[in-house]
Amino acid sequence: MAAVQNGTHPGVVFEARGLTKIYDMGEVQVHALRGVDLELYSGELVVFLGPSGSGKSTLLNILGGLDTATSGKVSYHGKDLTRANDRELTEYRRYHVGFVFQFYNLIPSLTALENVAAVTEIARDPMKPEDALAVVGLKDRMNHFPAQLSGGEQQRVAIARAVAKNPAVLLCDEPTGALDSKTGIVVLEALERANRELGTTTAVITHNADIAAMADRVIQLSDGYIVQIERNAHKKPAKELHW
Amino acid sequence: MTALNRKLVRDLWALKGQALAIALVITSGGATFVMSLSTLDSLKATQAVYYGDFRFAEAFASMKRAPESLRLRLEEIPGTDVVQTRVIAPATIEVEGYSDPIRGQLVSIPDHGQPLLNQLYPRRGRLVDSARDDEVIVHESFAKAHGFVPGDRITTVVNGRRKRLRIVGIALSPEYVFPIAPGDFIPDFASYGIMWMARTPLEAAFDMKEAFNDAAFTLTADAQLEEVLDRVDDVIRRYGGLGAYGRTDQVSHRYLSEEFRQLEQMATIYPVIFLGVAAFLLNVVITRLIRTEREQVATLKAFGYSSAAIGFHYVKLVLAIVGIGVVGGVAAGVRFGQGLSGMYMEFYRFPFLHYVLEPYVVISAAMVSVGAGLTGTLYSVRQAAGQPPAQAMRPEPPAKYRVSIVERFGARRWLSQPARMVVRNIERRPLKSLLTATGIAMSCAILMVGFFFSDTVAAMVRIQFGLMQRDDLAVIFVEPTSRRILHELESLPGVEHGEVFRAVPVRLRSENRDYRTSIQGVEPEGDLYRVLDVDLRPIAMPPSGILLTDFLAKFLQVGPGDNLTVEVLEGGRPVREVTVAGLVTQYVGVSAYMDIDALNRLMREGRAISGVYLAADSLHETAIYSSLKEAPRVAGVSVRKKMLKNFNETMAEQLLTFTFFLTFFAGTIAFGVVYNSARVALSEKGRELASLRVLGFTRGEISFILLGELAVLTLIAIPMGYAIGGLFCGYVVKSLETDLFRFPFVIAPSTYAFAATVVLVASVISAMLVRRELNHLDLVAVLKTKE
Repeated sequence: MAAVQNGTHPGVVFEARGLTKIYDMGEVQVHALRGVDLELYSGELVVFLGPSGSGKSTLLNILGGLDTATSGKVSYHGKDLTRANDRELTEYRRYHVGFVFQFYNLIPSLTALENVAAVTEIARDPMKPEDALAVVGLKDRMNHFPAQLSGGEQQRVAIARAVAKNPAVLLCDEPTGALDSKTGIVVLEALERANRELGTTTAVITHNADIAAMADRVIQLSDGYIVQIERNAHKKPAKELHW
Repeated sequence: MTALNRKLVRDLWALKGQALAIALVITSGGATFVMSLSTLDSLKATQAVYYGDFRFAEAFASMKRAPESLRLRLEEIPGTDVVQTRVIAPATIEVEGYSDPIRGQLVSIPDHGQPLLNQLYPRRGRLVDSARDDEVIVHESFAKAHGFVPGDRITTVVNGRRKRLRIVGIALSPEYVFPIAPGDFIPDFASYGIMWMARTPLEAAFDMKEAFNDAAFTLTADAQLEEVLDRVDDVIRRYGGLGAYGRTDQVSHRYLSEEFRQLEQMATIYPVIFLGVAAFLLNVVITRLIRTEREQVATLKAFGYSSAAIGFHYVKLVLAIVGIGVVGGVAAGVRFGQGLSGMYMEFYRFPFLHYVLEPYVVISAAMVSVGAGLTGTLYSVRQAAGQPPAQAMRPEPPAKYRVSIVERFGARRWLSQPARMVVRNIERRPLKSLLTATGIAMSCAILMVGFFFSDTVAAMVRIQFGLMQRDDLAVIFVEPTSRRILHELESLPGVEHGEVFRAVPVRLRSENRDYRTSIQGVEPEGDLYRVLDVDLRPIAMPPSGILLTDFLAKFLQVGPGDNLTVEVLEGGRPVREVTVAGLVTQYVGVSAYMDIDALNRLMREGRAISGVYLAADSLHETAIYSSLKEAPRVAGVSVRKKMLKNFNETMAEQLLTFTFFLTFFAGTIAFGVVYNSARVALSEKGRELASLRVLGFTRGEISFILLGELAVLTLIAIPMGYAIGGLFCGYVVKSLETDLFRFPFVIAPSTYAFAATVVLVASVISAMLVRRELNHLDLVAVLKTKE
């Protein structure tokens, strides 16, 4: 998967062409993506911005190998993800991608440390779970169960879990969506730190325009289309954000 | 321990209530299986060892009287190996303080030491001393029934001569494992006694000097039983031969075999039904349980766990639950199996018990349970892991609800909002509702299977003794006797009415099929012994031809109008042809019936009778018996009431103990199923119900929505269970058919009521447990999480 094919920009991590996705929701069909082209570059922090229903989550899920496109093509380091089978996608997620979900998706029966360990145990060359929790500032809470943690803490555990395997890309779906602004900023700081210190390509989905200020690039989606791609000349540190 | 295994242990702990209920279902299925099969294996092993060690004979022949020198001729017959001649004398026994009639047999053993065949297993005392003519050894079951110990005395009447005998020993014998009196169908230990006496004194008492009237023998390895029996018959014919027969026709062995066959049927059908039902339930419950884990499956997948790894994780979870169930099932099965085997050992008078637990029993119980658990698990994990994780994590699309059929038929108006939710929930996922209802129905069905057995036995007794054999006393004569004796008996005080009968031992033959039984000649207009048609109405005895028990007709493959060959097995052993005049329904034994005059004509004898049925005043029964027992021609008297009491006791002891275990396990299964259904429904609907609470619904109202659904399904399940249970019971009745007993297909209302009650009680307890959970729903969490 590491092989870089000819004709591809050396820094390109993801390349999508003409992506569409149609959901069959019983009696109605939902067009979540209507033809999306984009590239994501190594080491950058990208924010996908858009109202709910704009297709940003769908795009992220397809990039992360959690979902399949209806048509179009997406490649990761030149490898075609749209053609990968279940085994290849599993391997892709296991060794290359870290996920952070809006509702954390921690395993309720495992402690913070164990939630991280569940991922590091199957990764190649991971961080120590304790170290990953240290990155998000939760080393002293590592033996707590999810139910004993606040929402922000749970989300930081989820970030620790995502970065612990040293993934090439970190995909975050509304990581602050369920949190108040103060807690949200702590979580964003953790993401920022992972991006900066570990050099992980990071994509963050949000409908909160204020978060866009911390990104290298901001990609706006609306109604299944990319409507604008903008490069931040001066990106703000997460702790200076407020909403 | 890996994080995933830790999750396993904690999940298991969190699920403990449900896991325990599932494990109990498996334990019950497995225990029934192990208990039944190990009991059967143990009895068979015990029988084989007992027969081998105590040299049970392979063939037998009896005759009126043959000189001892005939033994040499029997030994010369190609195929016979060891020949043991003996004297067997029917006797009437008197025991002080016991007024009921006692029949018995005195069997000779050699003057010195053990017999060559059918050796005794001494339990107490010693063998007899041939120098004394009053010593006997008695069978243990008879001794126990009367509390005899060596040194006690009893009185016997042999050939009309009364003699005081002294008990010197108590023993068992492979020949009388099942000491059953001729004509009875269940052993009555107190009123039938087997006794052994030294040959010389018994010869003297029974006028058999230098003679014998019975021979037992073993065969050489290459011998053909039928050929040997034919040759033996040729040799003994002129000595009043009564027919040689193999082990399969030996009374004790035959009853034992039939009992084992019946037990084998029970030990196969019940566990198969139970384990099958347990497996089905396990599958349903596990499938739903795993389905509630859909989101966690997707999360693990998102992190790069392969579907196989996730599958294996849940397999381990299920294996842990199933494992607990199987271990519990085997342990309980062994324990109950030993108890049950011990009970049967006692009942069959085996001197020892050889309890065996064959590996195949444990392996099959484990394999069926594990297999059922795994198919359920793999199916749902596959479903959860098969779709892209993003899709699995997304809330399921709003389910397509519709206005239910019930509502469309006009009930809408009367249904409250929550009631509409209940009805729509059930209708929306008909398959799921059907499976839940089927699960509950299955538990109702096996409760019926466990419980209905006493109904059918009661019906059998009612038919046999209420409708067919209605006499109070039956008098049997040593030999066919003149009909004049009827008037003598009718003149005894207390006797209201008497009817004669003639019983002729025969072999019925049609083409290559034959069956050994007896023809009962009864009075055509008789009231004390009637034969019944298929609707259990008395049939008038036809003036000619023979009536066959339906079971026998099927076995011989004959019907009304067909001819049958009758080989008489007494007297001159004539062979005759007779026409089948009709079929009769009978649940106990397999007999053929004729008008007594027609039978006398067939035998070409005068108006001979074998015995008399009497209707008597119960107050006079003892007096009547006392005056009969010393009559020289009377071989025995049986009292119907005693026989019935004895039958009921035996049945209660044997079958009902078995069915008690079954009922217990069935109840456990019922609870396991209902509780799990309720718990899974709670985890599926928890969020929805909590949302309703947030909207202002009371605890009572949301309980109604969840438990109302369960209540409706339970109420649908009960009639379904009746239907399935009826099929199971019918199958059991059909499979337990033997020539000794057939069971009428009867399910009493009390059985239906019992099954429904257990299911309802299980439902109420489950509902109460789930209701407690409902009271603790976390309302805030619902608002915070998605959907």
